Amino acid sequence: MNRVAECFELKRRQNQKVLIPYMMGGYPNLPDSAAALEILAEAGADLIEVGIPFSDPLADGPVIQAAGQQALTNGCTFSRLMQELGPVVKALPIPVMMMAYYNIIFQRGVRRFVEEIKDNGFSGVIVPDLPPEEADELRDAGREFEIGLSFLVAPTSTSQRIRSASHGSTGFIYAVSLKGVTGAREHLPPELPEFLQRIRRQTDKPVAVGFGIAQPWQAQRIAQMADGIIVGSAVIQRMSEEQGLKSAGMFLREMREAIGK
Amino acid sequence: MSTLEKTGFFGEYGGRFVPDALNPVLDEIKEAFYHFKDDPEFQEELNYYFKNFVGRPSPLYFAEKLTRALGGAKIYLKREDLNHTGAHKINNTIGQVLLAKRLGKKRIIAETGAGQHGVATATACALFDMECIIYMGEEDTRRQALNVFRMELLGAKVVPVTSGTRTLKDAVDEALNDLIANYQTTYYMLGSAVGPDPYPEMVKYFQSVIGNETKEQIKEAEGRLPDYVIACVGGGSNAIGLFAPFFNDPSVKMIGVEPAGRGLDTPDHAATLSKGTPGIIHGFKCYLLQDEKGEPLPVYSVAAGLDYPGVGPEHSYYKDIGRAEYVTITDKEAIDAFLKLSKIEGIIPAVESSHAIAYAMKFAAGLPKDNIVVVNLSGRGDKDVAEVAQILQNKSI
Ligand SMILES: Cc1ncc(COP(=O)(O)O)c(C=O)c1O
Repeated sequence: MNRVAECFELKRRQNQKVLIPYMMGGYPNLPDSAAALEILAEAGADLIEVGIPFSDPLADGPVIQAAGQQALTNGCTFSRLMQELGPVVKALPIPVMMMAYYNIIFQRGVRRFVEEIKDNGFSGVIVPDLPPEEADELRDAGREFEIGLSFLVAPTSTSQRIRSASHGSTGFIYAVSLKGVTGAREHLPPELPEFLQRIRRQTDKPVAVGFGIAQPWQAQRIAQMADGIIVGSAVIQRMSEEQGLKSAGMFLREMREAIGK
Repeated sequence: MSTLEKTGFFGEYGGRFVPDALNPVLDEIKEAFYHFKDDPEFQEELNYYFKNFVGRPSPLYFAEKLTRALGGAKIYLKREDLNHTGAHKINNTIGQVLLAKRLGKKRIIAETGAGQHGVATATACALFDMECIIYMGEEDTRRQALNVFRMELLGAKVVPVTSGTRTLKDAVDEALNDLIANYQTTYYMLGSAVGPDPYPEMVKYFQSVIGNETKEQIKEAEGRLPDYVIACVGGGSNAIGLFAPFFNDPSVKMIGVEPAGRGLDTPDHAATLSKGTPGIIHGFKCYLLQDEKGEPLPVYSVAAGLDYPGVGPEHSYYKDIGRAEYVTITDKEAIDAFLKLSKIEGIIPAVESSHAIAYAMKFAAGLPKDNIVVVNLSGRGDKDVAEVAQILQNKSI
């Protein structure tokens, strides 16, 4: 079992929820993004998702887009990210996943990419623009290096899609809460409970909900329906402020308290 | 034989590399497209607007003076420049707006670089009373202020995109983001034979009117098929529209002309098929100009309509199987051809089309006199005269 799957399994046995902050590699700058890993882990993260900056992030809203752009401008490349974050990731007590658009992986070579992230201590990968039916090579490499894989499903996904995504997912299934791109939202989509029930009918693999979750009350509500909660734009927003890392850490602590240990 | 498998791949290219949120709307469009393209009523309406609004068929004009001046093969020009709005782009937007209408969509979004597709989209939307939103890189809205005004005259709202490099690539990102959020009410009118399935197949279908007419017209004029068909390649829609109807005619050789900008040995070009490697951009796989990290590279051409780091998946496939050849023309050669065609034939070509003209001029001169070359004159050059004047004045190319 890969470490991502183990993390969900452990939490399930303890009757707890997995809290997953998302941060952008190289944002606000390379050393700070390494420090952010430690701060988020201390603040109560069970798993951390690190984005590789990419110039055409199809699934992302303005906050994450801007963070990615900033990281690229800072000269953050995959190799430098591995150099800077690798030692920290290896020392963390919790697993870390990578979120990468497919061309970054394809360009590096799928197997080589997976081997490299493994060597640098990463435990899983999420590829928002890779459909499960094009993922054979990634799945094989994931199995070989014990790297967890999560596919995304959306409220508009057909049942067949949900089945193939859950079949391909070896960590958890990433349920996109809303019809749109990433970014903090005021409300939870009313159709979310029904959507999660639809997923549950197709699979008994763990499900984490992401996109649009920005407030503790939202996290609390989702904790009653899902196995994990992913918070992205709201974390990155805090990081852009003065004393950003500290502020992001405090915010994550609030989220942790909202969903319980 | 169709090269499209049901997955939307052309060989290994094309497909759909998109977040799953986009699949339902892409499926909806795909289903509607395959349904209506064989529907007699749809065909009748399409042909009606092609004839009475666009002004089709466009002439296939024998460029006699140019032919004589070069002393080689006979050169015919497919006059897409004579279409309403002045380019081939309108073929696609009329086709897609009729589809959007049948899907009950009232809100149309599109990306544009130089503004040509934006104008063609705004025109189609005015004709069918659709709300029209055009995403355009902020940088491009400044460079193409006149086209912004044209779109606004036609009732469109132009949204300047301030993310990334603020050009076409970022406008596509914004349009896709809008589509993900508003797919229930919105139709995305993509402007070239690129993007996730079914766009490349659909845009080819609507643009194939170019090649289908050419086939009839050349048979009428010469009693046989041409030896060469030549077109410029940006995203690849005017080229695939001319090429595809000749796919099963092996005697007809296809040549796509890419922009070499300031030279292939400089970073300032957009010769995707000539210098790129396979990659994924904007939801599909194709040849891509990219760095070793998989980031799309900045691209450049004097022809704003040609500077896109990706290219149509079917061209990528044609290249690999050797069905078409892809060559390049520099800014300077294109501007020379722009000037020559204007003087010799009294036709001012778009700087995009001037790339195809330039290659044809080089190439046809060395061919036997009984060979026939058809060049797609994809658009007229009125939009470019100010820029060319500036270039000549500053001797900047
Ligand atoms: C006149 C003209 N020709 C060619 C092109 C290139 O597009 P495509 O390769 O899709 O035909 C454009 C794009 O704007 C154009 O305006």
